[in-house]
Amino acid sequence: MQDAVVSPEKTEEAKLKARYPHLGTKPGGSDLLRKRLQKGQKYFDSGDYNMAKAKMKNKQLPTAAAEKTEITGDHIPTPQDLPQRKQSLVASKLAV
Amino acid sequence: VNAPRGGVGGGNDFQWCFSQVKGAIDEDVAEADIISTVEFNCSGELLATGDKGGRVVIFQREQESKNRLLSRGEYNVYSTFQSHEPEFDYLKSLEIEEKINKIRWLPQQNAAHFLLSANDKTIKLWKISERDKRAEGYNLKDEDGRLRDQFRITTLRVPVLMPMDLMVEASPRRIFANAHTYHINSISVNSDYETYLSADDLRINLWHLEITDRSFNIVDIKPANMEELTEVITAAECHPHQCNVFVYSSSKGTIRLCDTRAAALCDRHSKFFEEPEDPSSRSFFSEIISSISDVKFSHSGRYMMTRDYLSVKVWDLNMENRPVETYQVHEYLRSKLCSLYENDCIFDKFECCWNGSDSAIMTGSYNNFFRMFDRNTRRDITLEASRENSKPRAMLKPRKVCTGGKRKKDEISVDSLDFNKKILHTAWHPKENVIAVAATNNLYIFQDKIN
Repeated sequence: MQDAVVSPEKTEEAKLKARYPHLGTKPGGSDLLRKRLQKGQKYFDSGDYNMAKAKMKNKQLPTAAAEKTEITGDHIPTPQDLPQRKQSLVASKLAV
Repeated sequence: VNAPRGGVGGGNDFQWCFSQVKGAIDEDVAEADIISTVEFNCSGELLATGDKGGRVVIFQREQESKNRLLSRGEYNVYSTFQSHEPEFDYLKSLEIEEKINKIRWLPQQNAAHFLLSANDKTIKLWKISERDKRAEGYNLKDEDGRLRDQFRITTLRVPVLMPMDLMVEASPRRIFANAHTYHINSISVNSDYETYLSADDLRINLWHLEITDRSFNIVDIKPANMEELTEVITAAECHPHQCNVFVYSSSKGTIRLCDTRAAALCDRHSKFFEEPEDPSSRSFFSEIISSISDVKFSHSGRYMMTRDYLSVKVWDLNMENRPVETYQVHEYLRSKLCSLYENDCIFDKFECCWNGSDSAIMTGSYNNFFRMFDRNTRRDITLEASRENSKPRAMLKPRKVCTGGKRKKDEISVDSLDFNKKILHTAWHPKENVIAVAATNNLYIFQDKIN
């Protein structure tokens, strides 16, 4: 009988809601799924990029963050800013 | 309580022993070295691994030698190649990882071996062939390959085949690209040996192995309005004998069985498998932990097995309303779901596998533990992939997690588990009691003790 005893799962849920009161009402719903579908997406709007290039003649745009980790928000990324994906030339250590 | 003498997967005197471990002992593991898939071929002679760096390494079992009667043949490196490279789709602004999500072997039909390897977007058919002879005594070129002066050639000779050191070559024979908008999670070779399916989050495509410029879309669950998206496809597999049947699992814990004879687009399932849930026990985590991370048909084709976050379930294909067997993998994690959600571990995708006779199943857990369940005796065992217990033929000691109260000697408490040491990928030899367990960047091979 589980009437008096709160299930461990519900206890954990209460803990989570206490830490994140604004957690969505739709658990595991669209938000989580859409985040999963967008894996690998880099923020890059070509319309903004071209307009920014045109404007750059007149004024400077905010430069890329020194870290170049996450390119989102106000910064307009350029192809040079995107982290270079090096092609893997090193052999696997399993093959030693 | 004494640990049961009999191990899992075999007779009464069955014990799992360490056989081999592959990979570096580095403290700092390079991302590229993380193993992302492990698969035996149909005979068990070859064992393939794929990693996050897009590389494939194939091991071959050596012939059993007379000197080593007490152990079965070891697996040694046979071939290694770069299967996929990182790409950037500038049109969609999408970074495409080179990580190998799945490898599936084709049944062997001639001297060469073929396998399919897939990253998020592209599937490739690789041919692995041996060359142990080369021709010598060409007329028009000399041994260095340089062309001979035609006017100096006065006699004709027949080139002869001479033995050479074995060379194993891997070459890409087909590239199946541009058919997936979303990320590929599964590939499965059909029993007709002519077609295979590939599944991403929202769609499943059917390919012919010879044809790369076309594929048939057979499942499409993308809603017209993406705001209405409620579930995604998590895994798919072809039936081992019935070439018209396949299944796919979802993030909501359901499995749909489809029949390609029924319709060209299999959006309507033939069978729908779902375990009823007690609505009063529903929590924020319910749907997340019910998401199926792997689905595998039994070799017999009568059953299928699904893995969700906390359990493994065996389903009888003739019974849709509930599984016939449920095995708890690490139930003690139910009271840790809050922190597992915060550190994203709750989204880890564990795989599962059957042994050759379908009498046992295996799946991984945390702290480099993996679990085996014997379906007949109902015994289960927890073992650990660790270099501490890596002397040749050393027997593996069963491990136990202490869930509360007094911790016995040799037990480990839930809070001491290392959640960075995940065993997501395991494989069982198709015929023998030999298993391959991927522990981050190391590959462990265990086998039963030969009595």
